[in-house]
Amino acid sequence: MAMLHIVNKSPFEKSSLDSCFKTSLAGSAILLIEDGVVGATKNTSIADKLSSELGSKNIYVLGPDLNARGFTDADLIDGIKSVDYAGFVDLVTEHDNLQSWT
Amino acid sequence: MEQWEEGDSTTKKFMFVNRKAPYGTVYALESLEVVLISAAFDQVVSLAFVDDGVYQVKKDQNTDGIGMKNFSATYKALGDYDINKLYVEKESLAERGLTQADLMELTYEDEDDDWAEKSSIILVSRDELAALMDEQHVVISS
Repeated sequence: MAMLHIVNKSPFEKSSLDSCFKTSLAGSAILLIEDGVVGATKNTSIADKLSSELGSKNIYVLGPDLNARGFTDADLIDGIKSVDYAGFVDLVTEHDNLQSWT
Repeated sequence: MEQWEEGDSTTKKFMFVNRKAPYGTVYALESLEVVLISAAFDQVVSLAFVDDGVYQVKKDQNTDGIGMKNFSATYKALGDYDINKLYVEKESLAERGLTQADLMELTYEDEDDDWAEKSSIILVSRDELAALMDEQHVVISS
């Protein structure tokens, strides 16, 4: 199994997500949590970049963090999946290793 | 420095500039606390929301799942403290795929207009915000 990448910073404030995109292999999973979730919403200046990455990687968001910031699953870019805390644990156990991009 | 024309010599124009999303860090909540404190000193207070700060006034925030206090309702109380100029930068909204329809309805009652209910949210361009910042006595950014 591939690596799980976890990003908790807003892509509009930090370069964490961009670095993660550049330094992750096809087949990787990327989980957006905390302020990182705002990058997964539709119609942003980076939405095309995420859609492009979705071609070779799985992108997830932590639903409770998304809801806290006023968004629902309906606001997500097509192809991005929402998980709850149990789903977060599943992702960790399903992957060989993980990297946190702080 | 030019004094605010309607204020006395102890009145200054304060602007609180908010640039971070809520909940991921404590900046948004701490800034809001200071805003409420400043209201007690009868100063002329305005808020600006730029960059990720625009997420602070996003509507439908629901923190049930993260075990943190949802403080977004506190912004709705600002009008009662005569804080009724909440500037939201248009460019920051657009970069994040948001419009004014995605923001909370924040209002105040205008005592000079028979207490008519009016919106506290004022959309401004980057250039307009630059001019507004320039006319402040004190700018506090977080």
